[in-house]
This record gives sequence, C-alpha cells and structure tokens, in this order.
Amino acid sequence: MAETDSASPVLDATGVSKRFGPVVALHDAALRVGRGEIVALMGANGAGKSTLVKILTGALRHDGGTIRIRGREGHFASPAAARAAGLVPVYQEPSLIPHLDVADNLRLTRTPREAFLRWASELGAPDVPLDEMTGRLPLATLRILDLARALASEPEVLMLDEMTAALPTDLVERVLKVVRAQADAGRSIIYISHRFAEIAAICDRATVLRDGATVADLPVEPGVEEKIVEQMLGAALTPVVPAAHAAAAVAAAGPPRLRVRGLSVGPRLSDVSFDLRAGEVLGVVALEGQGQDQLFDALAGFRRPDRGTIEVDGTARSFRHPADAIAAGHTLVPGNRADALLMVRPVRENIALPLIARPAKWGPINMREEAAIVAEAIARLQIDTRAQGEARRLSGGNQQKVTIARWIATGVRTLLLFDPTRGIDVRTKRQIYGLVRDLAAQGAAILFYTSELKEIQAACDRSIVIFNGRVVDEIAAGEATEANLMRAAYGLTGRDHAAGVPA
Amino acid sequence: MTDAASSAPARAAGFLRRYPVVTLLILLAVLTAGLQVTSLIMYGKPIVNQLWFGNRLNYAIALAMLAACQTITMFTGGIDLSAAVVATIVAFVTATLTPSLGAGPAILVAMLPALAVGLLNGFGIGVCRVHPLIMTLGSGLIATGFLLVYQRTVIATGTEVPAALVWLGTGRTLGLPNVLVVFLPFAAFLIWAQGRWGFGRLLYAVGANENAARLSGVRIWQVHMALYLVAALIAGLTGLVYVGQIRQASLSLALPLLLPAVAATVIGGTSIFGGRGSYAGTIVGAMILAVLVSLLTLLQIPEGARRILFGAVILAVTAVYVRLSDQG
Ligand SMILES: Nc1ncnc2c1ncn2[C@@H]1O[C@H](COP(=O)(O)OP(=O)(O)OP(=O)(O)O)[C@@H](O)[C@H]1O
Ligand SMILES: [Mg+2]
Repeated sequence: MAETDSASPVLDATGVSKRFGPVVALHDAALRVGRGEIVALMGANGAGKSTLVKILTGALRHDGGTIRIRGREGHFASPAAARAAGLVPVYQEPSLIPHLDVADNLRLTRTPREAFLRWASELGAPDVPLDEMTGRLPLATLRILDLARALASEPEVLMLDEMTAALPTDLVERVLKVVRAQADAGRSIIYISHRFAEIAAICDRATVLRDGATVADLPVEPGVEEKIVEQMLGAALTPVVPAAHAAAAVAAAGPPRLRVRGLSVGPRLSDVSFDLRAGEVLGVVALEGQGQDQLFDALAGFRRPDRGTIEVDGTARSFRHPADAIAAGHTLVPGNRADALLMVRPVRENIALPLIARPAKWGPINMREEAAIVAEAIARLQIDTRAQGEARRLSGGNQQKVTIARWIATGVRTLLLFDPTRGIDVRTKRQIYGLVRDLAAQGAAILFYTSELKEIQAACDRSIVIFNGRVVDEIAAGEATEANLMRAAYGLTGRDHAAGVPA
Repeated sequence: MTDAASSAPARAAGFLRRYPVVTLLILLAVLTAGLQVTSLIMYGKPIVNQLWFGNRLNYAIALAMLAACQTITMFTGGIDLSAAVVATIVAFVTATLTPSLGAGPAILVAMLPALAVGLLNGFGIGVCRVHPLIMTLGSGLIATGFLLVYQRTVIATGTEVPAALVWLGTGRTLGLPNVLVVFLPFAAFLIWAQGRWGFGRLLYAVGANENAARLSGVRIWQVHMALYLVAALIAGLTGLVYVGQIRQASLSLALPLLLPAVAATVIGGTSIFGGRGSYAGTIVGAMILAVLVSLLTLLQIPEGARRILFGAVILAVTAVYVRLSDQG
C-alpha cells in the first residue's frame, strides 16, 4: 500500500508491546487516527499512554506489534526522524532545555521563529522572552511554548500528552480552540488528558488503555464519560455527591491558623489578605500569572515578601528559609514536580526525605519504622510502585502522587497545595479530595490552589479569587460553580474586597 | 531517553544496574587473571601470591580511604581536591612532632590543620556557594603554602613515624595486612551510613535535587559544612595510614594518590553529577586500579607510555560503565 486514500488511517498501531526490565508497560496497545480526527487516549496513571506516545514518535523502541504510518509499516529511529515525517509530540514533561534561552532552544530544533511566535501569541503567551533562560519560566508558560514549537513545525499528526494539566482555564480554552482548528484543517491529533470536559469538548473518538492494553474504542457522545471511566478502571466509579462542606472549622475559636495581611511579593502580588482556620480547606482560584505562585512561595519560605504580615496561630512570623516555614507547620506541594522529586533516587527515599531534614535526625534511621510510614503513604495514594527504584521511571501521575505522599507520611499542620492533582487520574483525584477532607477533619488547615475549577467544589469549604495580585472575591462552596468562579477570576465581579477579613 | 529493545546489551545493562558492584568484581577478577597469565608467559612464574596480595591490598586501602573523601563529596555533586594535601600535612606534622611530643599528642595536634581545611571548605562551599572544585583546589593550595612555611620552622628537628603507624602500615598478622583493623570497620561504617543514616541519605538528596532537599526543610549549608569536615578528617586518617606504609614523611607524600582516588570513585560507579553511587563500588574501583598498576609495571612499559595506558584504561572503563548503567 503505497498511497493513502482518504478513508485509511494516517496512523495505525496494533498489538504494540513494551517492557522495561521486569515492568510490562504495554502488552497489547492499539491506536488508530484518521485525517482530521481528534482521538483521546485515555487510561489511569501508569496505563501506558506516555509510553505509547514515545514509541510512536521514535523516543522508545517497541518490543512487538506493528505501526503503520500512512499505510506503510515501520517505526522511527529517533524523534527527529518522526518530526521529519510529520509526527510531532508534546511530551508530558516540559522538553525545552532549561539551561538554554528560548531562542537557542528554537535553533536547536530548527523551529521557524516567526511561526513559533505567532502560535505562542495565539495560545495566550503574546510576549515570549526569547532571551530568557527557559529554566526560569513558569510551568504553564513552558507548556505553551512546547505546544507553540510543535505547531510551528506544521505537524501532520500532533500528539499532546497532558498538554493542559498545568494550565489554568483561560489558557486551556485557547489550546482547545487551536487544537480543534488544526483538526478542521485536516491534521490528526492524539489527545491525552485526565480532564473529561476537554475530551467532551473537542475529541471525536476515545481509545482506552488499561494496564498496557487497549480495551475500548468509543465515539465521543453525551454520556460516554461513564463508559470511559468504567473501561479505564475496569469497574464503575461511584458518583460523588459534591458535598457542600459545612465550614465547621474545628477550632473556630481563637486566632486562625494562618492570617495573611497586605502581603506583597514582587511585581505580581500586591496586598493580599485572608484567614485560614484549622480544619478548613480554602481554595485559591486565579488565571495564569495573577500572583498565585508568589503567594505560595512566600508562605513556604522561598521568597521574602516585600510588605505585609504572615501570622501563624496569632504570632507574626517571617520565613528566611523553607525550613522556617516548615518549623511553623507549613508544608508545600509545589506545582512543578520536577522541583520536588529526587529523580534518580528510590520512591522510598523521596517519601521519607522530610523525616531526616533536621540535624537531630542525621543519625541512624529506624528502617522498620520508616518502611511502615512509607508503605502507608504508598497505599493511601495508590502509587504504582512497579518501577520504584528510581522516581523518574514512574509515570507522570505516579510521580505527582509521590510529591503528595511525602507530606502524608510526615503529618501536616498547614498544607499548601499548588495544583496537587496535576496529571492524576479520576479515581486517584477523588482519593486526594477525600484525603484533603480527612486531613482537615483532623485539624489541618489547607490552602488549595487549583487550575481545574471543578475541584473547588469537590474539596474546598470556600475559595478566594485572586486577580491582578489582589483578592477580588470570596466564594462559598455552595456558590462555587465553574461559571461563578470564572467570572470572578476574570475580575468581573467588580467587588474588590479582602476576603474573610472581619472589619 | 532511547532504549535498545530487550537485546543482549539491554539485559547486560539491566544486570549492571541491579548489581553494579558484582560487575566490577568480575572486572577485577578478569584483570587479576590477566596479570597472572601475563606473568607466566613473560617470566614463566606466577606473580599473584600472598606477598603480592598483601602489598596490593595495602595500596588499595590507602587509595580507597582517600577515595572515600571523593565518594562522599561526589554524592552531593562535589569533589575534594584538598584531600591529598590534608593527608600529607597530617602525616608530616605527626612525624615532625613525634620526637618531641610523643605519638598520641602529635597525632592530635596534626589533626588540627585537617579540621581547619574542612571548616574552610565547608564554609566556602556551603555558605559562600563557591563551586567545590574551585574551593577545594584553592584551600589545597593555601594549605600547601602553610605546609612549606611549617617545614622551614621545623627544619632542625628530626622526623619519626610512630611505631604504631608503622605496625599498621607494614605489619601482617596471619598473612593479612594489619591495616585491615582500621579499614574494615571504616568501610563497614561508611557503607552502613551512606544508606541508613539520615546524613548519608541527605548527601544523595542534595546531589539529586538540591531544590527538593531545601523544599523538605534541609538547610543545605549545614550538610556541606558537616560533609567537608568529615571528608577532611578522613583525609587526615588516610595520611596517618599511608605514612605508616611509606615509613617516611615528605612534602608530597599522598599527592600522587589524588587523581587515582578520583578515578577509583568514578570507576566504582559514583556519578560525578551527584545523587548516585556507593562506597562499596569505590573500594572495588581502588582494587582494580591497584591491580592495573601492577600489570603495567610488569609489562615493563616506559613511564610515559605507562601513564598514557593508565589514563586510557580509566577512561574506557568509566565510559563503558556509565553508558551501560545509565541506559534505559
Ligand atoms: N524508563 C522506565 N523504566 C521502568 N519503568 C517505566 C519506565 N517508563 C515507564 N515505566 C513504567 O511503565 C508504566 C507506564 O508508564 P506511562 O508513563 O506510559 O504511564 P501513563 O499512562 O502515561 O501514566 P500517567 O497518566 O501517570 O502519565 C508505568 O508503570 C511506569 O512505571
Ligand atoms: Mg503519562
């Protein structure tokens, strides 16, 4: 079959298998995508989605199975060869080289600069700092640049691996629009995401992977979500009742656990005030770059605020080092897991790391006790530990779970969660909401920023909305519909008040 | 990350990754056998005997002890180029003070410069954030200067290597070198502590991702301070062991051991980028080098060519090892 007719698929993979030593990542994966089609590739964490994308784009070699590109059988020796043939991926982890500036990164992959800039601005990053070291750019920007670079090479088949996981709603909308337009122009797209709303919005078909094998191929139509979940997990998921959590703070009396007043950090965050009580989960909603990164950095001791106060249990504190913040009970789960993980060390050491931080704990480790603590955290978050020898070998979602598990293992007083469910599958997300509620019920205070607005109702008692460096609104769980949150996030509610500040 | 399919090299890589030290031990055995065969062919008699073994073991132990400084600093992505100078100073000061103070007090006083260099390194690297390569190179040079000044002030006094150190360095019991009395507990402790002490784990953590360690509440400067202090004390201990073997203190005593010590660490599988490695590997690395030196001497190659070969072998072993164990 030399030439393709319009009915035959652009890409057709069947029976693909791949092992990593003892770990079977794929054993019977199939994926087909036609011209102008958007196919969702779905599956729980560790199902093998990223592995399949890496195989299709020549980054990994498969052990068995056949791959046909435009009817011709074969595979690519390298990602460069795949790109030359029109197959372009955006991998799950940012792929620009952190020690080079953006312009050099473009040169390295021979990406046309004009096209790149055009796409970047179309995707909501109008002024790309070409001479900035990419390692210093925020995660969301990195993802946008990855996509802009992929689009600039005019791919015939575009593979997006959790492209939107780190993006706030405004940017997600742009990405979806662009991707849909690409498909309408006859390009083919393979789309990986754990967010069902996105699948429903743009995908034509959904291929479901479970434990390394393709188990279903369904047209996307109303009501398909349940079917996909059932195939993904091998069982139906009991629906959650979005419990409007009574804001029954455990220690309603006395000063709040955390009281922030007039906090300003750098040029982005100016004059933020709010209270967070023990037993409460306070959501933080913001579009990209409204100062939420700086807020969390300041509360975790990574940056000194320029103005304002942070009070913990009624006492003013200033953090000169993350260790100070930890001593005050603050623990941060950062947005970018690459900042939090020891990639070349075992899962166990990653989870147990905070246990040995202080010099008093530098001596012999009680291995039995540590093993028990770690095992409990792993079980609680259902971490897939088949490749636990090195954290970098875990799937993206499982890496993310490790960053959370670390703090479950040590116990928390005030937990600062920055987009903690990035790249985590539906079932585990629920587990994490449950976990967050449990921790709050046990007296922890939790600040929860999320780029996925649905999560506010699923986990929080109330939420504050930050726009342009200020708290512009406060919304109770009951009213935290996506529409309400969106309106507030765009600064459209008009009220500029400091949330939760009693006179 | 490219990955060969489950072909022979991939399987070998998997084995290597799981049992790095075993692989090195196989290499050691092959080298030793090669040495024996070469000797039989060239001279018609075996070279590997008890005397040879004790002699090589002595050398390997001194090397492995100095390499301990390199190994633990390399866990964090650092290095300690001042180690050989520190070893030399401790040995020299001990030998010059022994006639007047006696062995015990002389050793105690001699450890003070080691302490000072360790603190200086820790301060420079941990607090001032100077790169370890530059910092330890600089502190090593400064220490060398002090050693020269010191030498001029003690020019009249004689030197004496304490008898206990000579017993340790040259004596044998049941055919085994006495230095094992020091080295076995030393090595066992390091191997235990690297994985099962909080401090050992932190060294890997700092090397793997400093930011993640900080995020978990680690004050990085404290780790560096303690690390370089420990490294300097180990270097001092090495000086004492080594001067017992050589039985004479000189101004360049341990200096020729420095680069082989770095090589032993790298051959032993410790990553120069930090986060990975084991002291067990370093010990085998030191033994491999000890056998290699023996082999090159036996072949009666001229000094220049010998060094070239030595360097080439180190490069080859390291390249193969890194390539195989990092793959996949
Ligand atoms: N280099 C590797 N070495 C060993 N195991 C690996 C390696 N890469 C992936 N795996 C394993 O293969 C399995 C599939 O991983 P993959 O990254 O494809 O999952 P995924 O479907 O993309 O999950 P996620 O939704 O979490 O991103 C996992 O169990 C993972 O641990
Ligand atoms: Mg993945």
